[in-house]
Amino acid sequence: MSAAITSAAVSNAVLTLRWYDLALASALVLVAMAISVWQRLGLARGFAVGAIRAVVQLVAVGYVLAFLISIQRWYLVLLALLVMLIAATLTATDRQKGRRATLFVISGTAMLVGAGLTLAYVDAVVMRLHPWYDPQYLIPLFGMIIGNAMNGAALAAERLSSEMELRRAEVESYLALGASPKRASAEAVRRALVAAMIPTVNMLMVVGLVSLPGMMTGQVIAGQSPITAVRYQIVVVFMLAGAVAVTSVVVALWYQRSFFTSAEQLVVRSIPSPRSTIAAR
Amino acid sequence: MNDVPAFCLRQVEQSRGDVRTLRAINLDIPMGEVVAIVGPSGAGKTSLIRLLNRLDDPSQGTVMYLGSPIESIHVRQLRRRVAFVFQTPVMFAGTVADNLALARDLAPPAEDARATAMPDAGEMLRLAGVDPEFASRDAQSLSGGERQRVSIARALMTSPDALLLDEPTSALDPDVADHIMATIRTLAERMHLTVVMVTHRLEEARAVSSHTVFMEAGSVIESGPTEAMFTAPNAARTRDYLVRGK
Repeated sequence: MSAAITSAAVSNAVLTLRWYDLALASALVLVAMAISVWQRLGLARGFAVGAIRAVVQLVAVGYVLAFLISIQRWYLVLLALLVMLIAATLTATDRQKGRRATLFVISGTAMLVGAGLTLAYVDAVVMRLHPWYDPQYLIPLFGMIIGNAMNGAALAAERLSSEMELRRAEVESYLALGASPKRASAEAVRRALVAAMIPTVNMLMVVGLVSLPGMMTGQVIAGQSPITAVRYQIVVVFMLAGAVAVTSVVVALWYQRSFFTSAEQLVVRSIPSPRSTIAAR
Repeated sequence: MNDVPAFCLRQVEQSRGDVRTLRAINLDIPMGEVVAIVGPSGAGKTSLIRLLNRLDDPSQGTVMYLGSPIESIHVRQLRRRVAFVFQTPVMFAGTVADNLALARDLAPPAEDARATAMPDAGEMLRLAGVDPEFASRDAQSLSGGERQRVSIARALMTSPDALLLDEPTSALDPDVADHIMATIRTLAERMHLTVVMVTHRLEEARAVSSHTVFMEAGSVIESGPTEAMFTAPNAARTRDYLVRGK
């Protein structure tokens, strides 16, 4: 047994993992790299870099969290949340073709609204934290909802873009009948929203059955009563549902507008009519 | 009033990226006539008619509708007054009747004066040559010719003054295309519509239109009464095209 029992021999004893134990765990990444080489997937380097990044990022965030929890300053907590928001926004818009500047603003605002409002509600109404900025709760909770909001934003934007391209003829048929851009792109927006929210619905369906979420697992391993851990987890999954839905709808409804000029002409990939584009700017 | 052209284009230019799609277009489209726009592929025919209900805007120049700059008319009202039928019609979800009702229901509130005279779906189907019993059929199940007729009937549900048709028969069998052309001629007469139709079928243009515009490489080469253009074209390039097209 390489892990040592460091706490007293009580019922809530927690195994503390040493760096040596983590080195042993890294053998599992080597297995993944070996499969990549064997099957010529070209992912070995990705696994190696990803594993190193994961270690560095997690260790760093561990120290940052420890520092923030010890110092308890509201402005530092908000700064940490802002850094997380910017990182999530960059990731969400990273793979989008074109319109990146527009999407950065849209996704960032959407996540701020979706994840921020959800966090504020849980902080002030559900958990009633004292102080309101308690980093022990605020940062882990925001970490979980921003990650899911980020996926929702990316899925909504990507799907809307492809739907608008796919449905170009349909959208223009609506416009030609005098429909508003909102009406003309309603089906594309609806499909983008479904695509963005389905993973969250699926998560709600299987949580506890197929998957045990990270927060709950962590709490149970850390010696918390599973019943207490479950309560936190229920709050978290409800937060995710709210944050993803709000973020996705803000992204889809706002991004939809960027596909039309001020003269209500469709602009999909092709170069827009010069005069209208200038007017739209 | 009849002296005012339905559409008037002055020094209209359009570029897409580095490509100039329209060059110095000066053109009057007379009101109440059937106008055919003919020319080889890439001549700019579709680009031109898309300007007439502002699916696109020109890079430079002026487009007037009934004497008013086209930008001065609210774009949704313009599009309901100047209907557009696409080369490949898109049927919306639901029945044929749903498609027609949707076109009628898209009327903006400001159109209430015209709304009192909103057309009857059955009548529009009949005018477009569709048996009114088709109203209950799933729009997605229609054949190409039926879709095109339904899309014409749907366009008529906005009570337009002008009807733009972008190669409405290009994907259809000749027999079906002839029927659609006969329908367009009937519509223009009964509803006093200004019809602007892009086509690459010269016989269609000659049979249906009273006025023809010949375009090539983004420019209007010649425009005038159809019979005069087909029998005694002024420009050598028109003559060449008509000879090649026969």
